[in-house]
Formats: sequence, C-alpha cells, structure tokens
Amino acid sequence: MSQNGKMIRKEDLSFWQRIYIPEILKGLRLTFMALFRRKITIQYPEKRFTPPDSFRGRPVLVEENGVERCVACGLCSRVCPALAIEVQANETALEKERYPEKFEINMVRCIFCGFCEEVCPEEAIIMSKEYELVFESQEEAVFGKDKLLVPIEKVRDRLEFLHKHR
Amino acid sequence: MFETAIIAGAKIVLTLITLLTLVVLTVYTERRVSAFVQDRVGPNRVGPKGLLQAVADVVKLLMKEDIVPKNANKPIHDLAPMISIGVAMSTFAVIPIGSTMTLFGRQIDMMIADVNIGILYILALTSMGVYGITLAGWSSNNKYSLLGGLRSSAQLISYELSMGVSIIGVLLISGSLELDEIVGKQAATLWGGIPAWNVFLQPVAFVTFVVAAFAETNRLPFDLPEAEPELVGGYHTEYSGLKFGLFMLSEYVNMIVASAIIVTLFLGGYAFPWGEQFGLSGNSLAVAEVLTFCVKTGLVMFFIIMIRWTLPRFRYDQLMRLGWKVMLPIALANLVVTASILALMNWA
Repeated sequence: MSQNGKMIRKEDLSFWQRIYIPEILKGLRLTFMALFRRKITIQYPEKRFTPPDSFRGRPVLVEENGVERCVACGLCSRVCPALAIEVQANETALEKERYPEKFEINMVRCIFCGFCEEVCPEEAIIMSKEYELVFESQEEAVFGKDKLLVPIEKVRDRLEFLHKHR
Repeated sequence: MFETAIIAGAKIVLTLITLLTLVVLTVYTERRVSAFVQDRVGPNRVGPKGLLQAVADVVKLLMKEDIVPKNANKPIHDLAPMISIGVAMSTFAVIPIGSTMTLFGRQIDMMIADVNIGILYILALTSMGVYGITLAGWSSNNKYSLLGGLRSSAQLISYELSMGVSIIGVLLISGSLELDEIVGKQAATLWGGIPAWNVFLQPVAFVTFVVAAFAETNRLPFDLPEAEPELVGGYHTEYSGLKFGLFMLSEYVNMIVASAIIVTLFLGGYAFPWGEQFGLSGNSLAVAEVLTFCVKTGLVMFFIIMIRWTLPRFRYDQLMRLGWKVMLPIALANLVVTASILALMNWA
C-alpha cells in the first residue's frame, strides 16, 4: 500500500464512489437479484447429472458383435501417463488376428485423461459417461475385461462425438 | 408487588423462548440467503425445507466435548460466554414491542422493564458485551484469540462514540430517554403524509447509527474480531461445544437486538398509525403493533444478512479510519446541526 511512507491512493474514484453508500446499494441490488437466479445445485441422490458427449468418464472397451474391437496393439498401455493399463495379447482365428487375452485398467491409477481413447487406432477404448466409481479395496479397483466391455449401442453418443470432432 | 413479579417473570420467560426460537430461524435464514446469493440451495434436508437444520446443529453442539486449553484461565474461560449471552439477552428487556395489552383484566406493558432511561441502559449493556469477547480472547491463552479480543475492544471504542452521538440527535428530537416515548413521538405524521420516523428527521444519524451497530454486533463488514482468514476463528478459536454455541447464540441475539433497536429508534418502532382507520382498538391494536414491530425487525435483519453477503471485510486500518475520521465527525456535525435547528425553532 505505501511506498516510502507515502500513501498511494487511486484517484479514479468519483465523488459518489467515495461516499460509498451508493456503491453499497449497487452491491445490494446485485446480491438481491442473485437471490432469484437459477440454482446450479443438483440434488444428487435423487437427481443426477447427465454428462454431455464430451464428458470423459471411465474408459470402456467397445464390444461389437459380441467381441471386443481391441486388437491388443498396446498403444493405450504405452501412452497411459498413470501406467494404469495392462494388455496381454494373444492370437485369434478372427479376421483381426489378435485379441487382448487380458485387459486391465487400474481405476485407482486412472486419471481420466483420455489419451488411450485418443491413441487407439481401432476406436476400441473410449471414455464413457459413467462417473460414479466406488471401490472398497485396491483389488476391486482393477477392472478386467468383464467390467470394461460395453456393447457398442451404449456408447454410440461418444463414438459419434469422436467422429465429428476428431 | 408479588403480582408484578409474576407478570415480569412470565414476560421474561416468553421473551427468552421467543428469542431462542428466533435465533434458530435467523441462522437458518442466514444460511439459506447466503446460499441463494451464491446460486446454491442451502440446507434443505432436515425437516420441511430444511427448517430443522439449525435445531440439529444445536443438538450437535450440545453433545460435543467441552475442551479447555491447557494453560487457559479456566474460570474466566467459562465466564466469558456467559457474559456474552447474558448481556445480549438482557438488552432486549427495555425494547417495547407494543403499547399495552389487556389480559385477565390487567393492563400489561409490552416490554419487560419500562425503564425511563432505556437508551442509557442499552448503551451500557452493549458496551458490556465486549467484555465477553475480550475476556474470551484473553483467557484462551492463544495469540489469535487474544488478537480477536483486542480488536473487538478497539472496534467498540471507535464505534461506540459515533453511536452515542448519533443517538443524541434522536434524543434531541424526541426529548426523552424512554424508548416508549420515542416510539410515541414517531407515531405522528409529517406534512405530506409520511410518518414522522426518525429516519426522515435524522437521516445522517440513521446511517451512522446503522454502521456503528454493524461494528458493535461484529457483523460483516466489521467482523474483524473473528476474521477467519487472519485469526483462525478469532476470539472463539479455543471454544467448543456448548460454550461455542453460546457465543454463536449471542452473536445472533445481538443481531436481533440491534435490529430491534434500529427499528425502535429510527423506523417508528411498533407504532401502527392506521389503528383507527381499520377500527382496531385494545388488544387487536396491540397485536397489530406487535406484528408491525416484527415485520420491521425482520426486514432490518434481512438487510443485515444481505449486507454480510454483499460487502467484503474492512481492513483494520480502514476500520479505524472510518470510525475516527469519518463516522465521528459526521455524527458530531449532525448533532450540532440538529441542536442548532431545534434551538432556532424554539426561539422563533
């Protein structure tokens, strides 16, 4: 506030601002109008937030015609900054020739950055809209293929969003 | 003699219960209003519309452990909240909430004590209230508490002067120290049909008094004794459980009392000017008066709450500058002008 013991005052305040009371009334008007604004609180357990398509919830594996799209290239695992993804590949008789024998995401480690989705050449791993993740132990937090596989119908929104914006 | 004692006792009990209920409601209102101002919803789970939230909080406070710091001065540490709450509650004794009511064939004044120096009583008690805060700060053996207590006393000294001086303006106009009579004077109407409230007769005194009242009740923008960012919790840092609850209670009682005093001194008090037009008399008039008083007090309290969620806290030097360099000269000038005008009018 002071420099060399000299008070520096802002000179751009007008007389009415210096009087202060009109400014208080202005502020009161603002807060009074605020009383009637729309509340942004969502009453959580009863009402839930519906995320937009751009929302990055927990990553899931897309399941098409009963099989995962994933070809176990391991790029997601490579790019994952939190080292949360583990992929083990194996051969398959299907056209794609490779499939993940084991695909695990440690949800305690996952930071929901979406890099895996971005890097995936097959659009096989994408971010869903699920955000309610509760675990009771570390082991429970490691999601295997059983929890990760999601039929493609359920993630159409996100796939369309990706097609439009990528 | 015995009869008057019983009546006074009944009035005291009634007032205490009403005050405590009002405090619960005020806490709820404050939380709801603050939430609304910030686009939130606020407490809405306990009871209908969350009305019982404050009750639940009180129950929680009652069940908490009472912690006294190791090197605290225990007797004073215990005494401080009692002073605070006692003073806050007893200030209400002289405030008239209506004229008279006839119950069981007796005329009953609608105030606990009809003191003919009501204003002096209020001034004396409000300055007593600071002892609670200062002692709490001092006895806690905590530097933040001590700072809070010291700030409180410094603040009181700076603002009590302008408060007293602005009251004198009102006294000069109404010519009495008795609150009932001050209200009676305001029941008349000025030319043009506006009521002869002291706000219109003494607007400057009104502003200075309201600002001083904010400072005396330690409400934002003058809540320096408990400035959280600087002093942890201020004077009640080391208090917990019931004793903390008492401080909280006295803060809100002080707020109610301050609004009641503002209403009584400046906003026409309980006076209900259209009693004859509506054909009210006796007890129905008294009820109308009490309602008038309650509505006015409620509005002032709403104003106080809104101010809290509108203005930021003053810095300490700003507080002192405002108190000594702005408020006091304005109040004094107002007093001189009022006195001169009254003298001229008497002389003419």
